[in-house]
Amino acid sequence: MTAQTGIGARVKRKEDQRFLTGTGRYVDDLPLARPTYAYFVRSPHAHARIKNVDISAAKAMPGVVEIFTGKDIADAKVGSLICGWVVKDKHGEPHKSPPHPVLAHDVVRYVGDPVAMVVANSADEAKDAAENVHVDYDVLPANVDLARAFDKGIPQVHAEAPGNLIYDWEIGVKADVEAAFAKAAHVTKLDLVNNRLIPNAMEPRAAAAEYDKGTGNYTLWSTSQNPHVLRLILSAFVLGIPEHKLRVIAPDVGGGFGSKIFCYNEETMVCWAASRVGRPIKWTAERTESFQTDAHGRDHVTHAELAMDKDGKFLAFKVETIANMGAYLSTFSTAVPTYLYATLLAGQYTTPVIYANVKAALTNTAPVDAYRGAGRPEATFVVETIVSKAASELKMDPAELRRKNFIPADAFPYQTPVALQYDSGNYPPIIDEAMKIADYQGFEARRAEAKSRGKLRGIGFSSYIEACGLAPSQVIGQLGGGVGQWESAQIKFNPTGNVQILTGAHSHGQSHETTFAQIVSDKLGVPLENIEVVHGDTATTPFGMGSYGSRSLAVGGSAIMKAADKIIAKGKKIAAHLMEASAADVVFENGTFKVAGTDKNVPLAQCVFAAYVPHNYPLHELEPGMDENAFYDPANFVYPAGTQICEVEIDPETGVVEVIAHTAVDDFGNIINPMIVEGQVHGGIVQGVGQALFENAVYDKETGQLLSGSYNDYAMPRADNFPSFKLGYKVTPCPHNPLGVKGCGEAGAIAAPAAVMNAVHDALAPLGVTHVPMPATPLTVWQAINGAQRQAAE
Amino acid sequence: MTISVAMTVNGKSVSGKVEARTLLVQFLREHLGMTGTHVGCDTSQCGACVVHVDGKSVKSCTILAVQADGAKVTTIEGLAESADKLHPMQEAFREHHALQCGFCTPGMVMSAIDMVKRHNYQLDEATVRRELEGNLCRCTGYHNIVKAILAAAPAMKSAGV
Repeated sequence: MTAQTGIGARVKRKEDQRFLTGTGRYVDDLPLARPTYAYFVRSPHAHARIKNVDISAAKAMPGVVEIFTGKDIADAKVGSLICGWVVKDKHGEPHKSPPHPVLAHDVVRYVGDPVAMVVANSADEAKDAAENVHVDYDVLPANVDLARAFDKGIPQVHAEAPGNLIYDWEIGVKADVEAAFAKAAHVTKLDLVNNRLIPNAMEPRAAAAEYDKGTGNYTLWSTSQNPHVLRLILSAFVLGIPEHKLRVIAPDVGGGFGSKIFCYNEETMVCWAASRVGRPIKWTAERTESFQTDAHGRDHVTHAELAMDKDGKFLAFKVETIANMGAYLSTFSTAVPTYLYATLLAGQYTTPVIYANVKAALTNTAPVDAYRGAGRPEATFVVETIVSKAASELKMDPAELRRKNFIPADAFPYQTPVALQYDSGNYPPIIDEAMKIADYQGFEARRAEAKSRGKLRGIGFSSYIEACGLAPSQVIGQLGGGVGQWESAQIKFNPTGNVQILTGAHSHGQSHETTFAQIVSDKLGVPLENIEVVHGDTATTPFGMGSYGSRSLAVGGSAIMKAADKIIAKGKKIAAHLMEASAADVVFENGTFKVAGTDKNVPLAQCVFAAYVPHNYPLHELEPGMDENAFYDPANFVYPAGTQICEVEIDPETGVVEVIAHTAVDDFGNIINPMIVEGQVHGGIVQGVGQALFENAVYDKETGQLLSGSYNDYAMPRADNFPSFKLGYKVTPCPHNPLGVKGCGEAGAIAAPAAVMNAVHDALAPLGVTHVPMPATPLTVWQAINGAQRQAAE
Repeated sequence: MTISVAMTVNGKSVSGKVEARTLLVQFLREHLGMTGTHVGCDTSQCGACVVHVDGKSVKSCTILAVQADGAKVTTIEGLAESADKLHPMQEAFREHHALQCGFCTPGMVMSAIDMVKRHNYQLDEATVRRELEGNLCRCTGYHNIVKAILAAAPAMKSAGV
């Protein structure tokens, strides 16, 4: 049984039946009794003072139930939305923390900033009425250009953060790095922009709330990746509804990629207003609102320098980054460009000294926070781009330069100079395998063949490392994180022997209902069809931290293993009683307890039944029931690593870049379900290639209008932009969690941008092009080609 | 002012009173409570709302409910013969892990069925990828969706659907 359904099996997904038959239940699908619908009046300006909000005409519109403005929120003393991670700057001072009102009252700070909420009997009526809320604005100059955010005379986003500076943070010893640079035989320098992205989960954010007057209980349905954390924030910081009076349910959620981690204005408003309206309220974002108000990702301006000796051995690395926070600090925004970014700048290499300085800036743009990879794609892009550039400058093979600097397999656990201790890894076999799959040896022949067709062919490497499986709570606490980072699990047997696994993690595409069931099936010998995974409801699941940072399996799966161990330990005592044996002699194999060396045996299901019908049961020493809880706090992060190789062809006439082949070889430790892991890698690659070639969140630098605010303007990756991908695996099990697993959810997106851009640069190198910014659109590439050709001609 | 509409949805006659501006997808979701068809954008690009109207795939956010008056509409809820017997395209999506969060899936499956039929059950990878330009997926990277559709084409042919 377990061979087909246990750990390592390509089990088809349990969740697919409902998604394939249209019977999934997403927030917008919920049937509510006598519902009302919310629509938000939003700022059309990037920066303006609110002079007056006139709701009188709107209030008289058909179907309107209630209208709330920023003044109502201020009068009701609703708290500010919070940033949950205190980053201390290089002088030890906590970051600047300007308030984030749920509805703007005095000043609006980005296009889309909510000003009022209209509640009506239908969604159309709410929208009609919202158009008649008249807001009188005094438009102010906007601060939109990240590279100039700290310049003198630039408009100030918040008085609490003078000069628009949230923090000036550093890691590493600058003097050591400078000393190493002084001895360098070669220094490679790089200036880059990590382009701003809009997450675009296919399900727009949505929230619905209901208030029970009789009990005083609130229920909030939200498109959340972490319903318990959302409840905690709303209860403890924003709304003051006690946790036991607030139930948060994240039902089926249609993708998140980080954007649904955070506590947003709209769900807060809907929940707050439910008791005031006295009927359920539902809000679903239109896609335009998603573009404007989902927390965006990336958005760095960076200068980096890599010092090497005459043989290409890395001596030191220094990085200066300005990171965009947007107009308000989103829930985990401060941690992303610091502890999730600069701590990854060692990459897979033995660089002995590293220094990074990160300045976080406020701008009049949407808040920026974690998006698939969160800091690690930005770090990988810096490291892997500069390594390939260095190889090109030194006229070395890019694979050879990487190999020369890889952390050797016998050096683990490896302490990097930027805080992290890599637990395990073996990088050379990964790049070897990737080069084999990608037929690296045959590349020059393919390049020549492409040239005969007038195409420029290039190949690019990206050897990434990431720290995920967030995270050891005490480390997080020392770094300023405001929460624990353990995960919970409950394995609840029913008397007839079937099982519910209740997890604090949340699935919004990751397939927990299948993988978590596989773990329990494997460990306890229960048939897969008798296992149900329950997640996403604070009323039924144990408190948990949710899903992000590729943590569900490494942390949540480990909690399930711990709970399963408790089930076995208890079952052993029951079995010993039933078999009249000593518990010390009882072993558990394939779902059955046996007395070693005899043919006596009792299946687990029989122990479960005895535990619920304890007629023949050791009640004097054992409680009835078979229901075990576990919390697992990891000893370290997990460190997936891999190499991607991308091969592109560029049409020099049009600048169009075509991805011809893309290979990914990863070390995710042990794999529970290869089919699901492959799916995660495919999706990650496409998001990463999307960043490199297509996607770009663009604001007008004068007005702060979002120019890429719809699918007409923001280029989403489509099926015909890609070939089929080639994947491979190497396995070094994680030494510190019981499953030996690492995370796979973000790897594809972390590695891909550098692989693609290195391939683009390789293809264009014969023309003298040394830098193409992301996204490498036809226009950008054409301009780079023609700029280089013009320079060559002059 | 409301207008009466009547149509056949998944073989059943339905009717209702709608506003002139009511979209077909709103009629399906809000009037009939058939929430399998999803709305993922407001510019008719994501394809999450694709249904079949008189046998052809249509983005149900691009037509008004009144335009579907008298039509035969098939949605994702109407594809499977029974809970145990899915349409070959649904089966292929499951077999090849062509869905993750499931939100784009109804539109993907409906588009894919129409695609297979329009190409007379004969498809190659390039054609499938080109034909999917009207459907966005953010989870799967399309890789397994393409595989599923290529596998479903002969399965649909032999099943006669």
